[in-house]
Amino acid sequence: MTATLEPEASIDADVATPEFEAAREQQKRRQGLFMALPAYLYLFVFFVIPLVIVIVYSFATRTRFGTELSGWNIDSYRRLGDPLVRDILLRSTTLAVITTLICLLLAYPFAYYMSTRSEKTRNLMLVFVMIPFWTNFLVRNYAWRVILGSDGPYSRLSEAIGFGEGRLLFTNVAVILGLVYGFLPFMILPLYAAIERIDGRLLEASRDLYASGFQSFRHVLLPLSMPGVVAGSILVFVPSLGAYVTPAILGGAKTTLLGSYIVTQFLSARDWPFGAALSFVLMAVMLTSTIVYFRKGGRTL
Amino acid sequence: MTAAVDIKGVTKRFDDVYAVDDIDLSIADGEFFAMLGPSGCGKTTTLRMIAGLEFPTMGSLKIFGEEVGTLPPNKRPVNTVFQNYALFPHMSVLDNVSFGLRMNKVDKTTAAKKAHELIELVQLSGMEKRRPSQLSGGQQQRVALARALVNEPKVLLLDEPLGALDLKLRQEMQGELKSLQRELGVSFVFVTHDQEEALTMADRIAVMHNGKLLQVGTPEDIYERPANRFVADFIGQTNLLDAVVEDDDMIILENGTRLMAPNPLPPGTKVAMSLRPEAVDIGPRGTVPAEHQKTSLEGVVESMTYLGHALDYTVKIGWIDLEVRADAVHAEQRFQPGDEVAVWWDRTSDWVVAD
Repeated sequence: MTATLEPEASIDADVATPEFEAAREQQKRRQGLFMALPAYLYLFVFFVIPLVIVIVYSFATRTRFGTELSGWNIDSYRRLGDPLVRDILLRSTTLAVITTLICLLLAYPFAYYMSTRSEKTRNLMLVFVMIPFWTNFLVRNYAWRVILGSDGPYSRLSEAIGFGEGRLLFTNVAVILGLVYGFLPFMILPLYAAIERIDGRLLEASRDLYASGFQSFRHVLLPLSMPGVVAGSILVFVPSLGAYVTPAILGGAKTTLLGSYIVTQFLSARDWPFGAALSFVLMAVMLTSTIVYFRKGGRTL
Repeated sequence: MTAAVDIKGVTKRFDDVYAVDDIDLSIADGEFFAMLGPSGCGKTTTLRMIAGLEFPTMGSLKIFGEEVGTLPPNKRPVNTVFQNYALFPHMSVLDNVSFGLRMNKVDKTTAAKKAHELIELVQLSGMEKRRPSQLSGGQQQRVALARALVNEPKVLLLDEPLGALDLKLRQEMQGELKSLQRELGVSFVFVTHDQEEALTMADRIAVMHNGKLLQVGTPEDIYERPANRFVADFIGQTNLLDAVVEDDDMIILENGTRLMAPNPLPPGTKVAMSLRPEAVDIGPRGTVPAEHQKTSLEGVVESMTYLGHALDYTVKIGWIDLEVRADAVHAEQRFQPGDEVAVWWDRTSDWVVAD
């Protein structure tokens, strides 16, 4: 009768106690932590500690003999308002914004086109997007130097057409060209991931509901691919803002950009506190934009 | 009267595959029209061509007399309820429903007012601010319906609109769709692979197979007078007996049995006789009524399945098995496997189709 059923029922009750569930949860969490430990350790040693050092140095005092870790002050941060520094910040930001916009304009149609192709074509196109990564970044920048150089294909072409000897190398245009070339894949990949996820029938539905091609883009495709737009823009904007290699190789000596300015502070000017302050501000910008991205609900990174 | 949709010689080819192969179809204004067929038969492609989501390779496609062959979807007076609804996930119910009006540059207050009316019509008042993901399947279906109907299309296209719903909800929505269509008086063109759905809802049905239009007619036409073997087999359950025509009134089965089966086909034509299981009576040998002598066969019961309201027999007639459905309530006698029986049917309930 029921008596035979009761013991089983009580066992069930035991299994389902909240304490048991909580213990199980904790066990799972501990296991997860264990798996992630090497990565945490790595990040702590090579990211957190150096970051703390940078922050500490940014408040230190510069003396004739180097940096003194005493007499804490915020002079370095005050100097960010200097006209010279402000110009550099403004110029770097402008270049990074232009680079990001150009990448966005180039990558969006490409990513959309790619997402509408067959799986085979798509994979092939993805490989083509990644091919530049197989060559060293420095080498690729020097390649541009050859292309844009005074005897290179670019100036010969412009001479042949009759525009005279075009000079692009060592200008901001060359820097933007180099940055766009270098960072375009970082824009294409998240955009592609975002657009590819969108159900094609939504676009058909919008066309069916009297939207023109542009309206479909504006009201359906663009809003739904926004996570990709934000992710790509951050991935391009952030490294462009702090870029050092490309401006150093392709840019002119007259127009200093943020990256090389920071390097100068550490290596030539021996002004570690100021260099540290600049680096920290740059990092803060990156961090803020990343937080904005995750707030926007992005998941494509 | 101009037809709502007039299709003449339309073909749609994808590379080497003929998705739709030279079909002619005319759908009247205010008609509830179903396109029925197995998946891949071309019914959805036909619907998409009416919507403008695909363009015909050849032929003429007119909506209320206007040639629309290669007009983009936003320039056609039709709207679609998509399979799985394709609601905009980033918009509220209200924004989804008013989308078409907003794209058509209807001013905001009018658009919102009309959208609210339609939301009320599909009984979703109070849900205006919700996102599609916060709605049940049935509710999403209603939003899709409201979103299409708010534009007052001249023809409403529905692509398997009930396919994603569970059985009970589907039956409920069938009734609602039907009454909505009557109320609005707009042509509904409805694609489905579910023959029961087509039979219950449609005024007329087009049966498609392999890109070809096999038969267009009322549900009665399609069910009782199928045009060919495929239609007979696809719609409902049926027994198909291979035979050869003897004359206007008689056919000869493969084993030489002569049966009365009126048909207009010339003698010698290979045919199949379609016999619905529910049209066949079953009884002990020798009890065949006199008037059914020439429409009867003898056999042995092979199996019996009890369905509650009915009894399904499989009767072995020499070289084939015949499915027979007997009414469980009115059956005078029940048979067991091994029983020797006779089966007979009414002269008007069989149907001969060319093979």
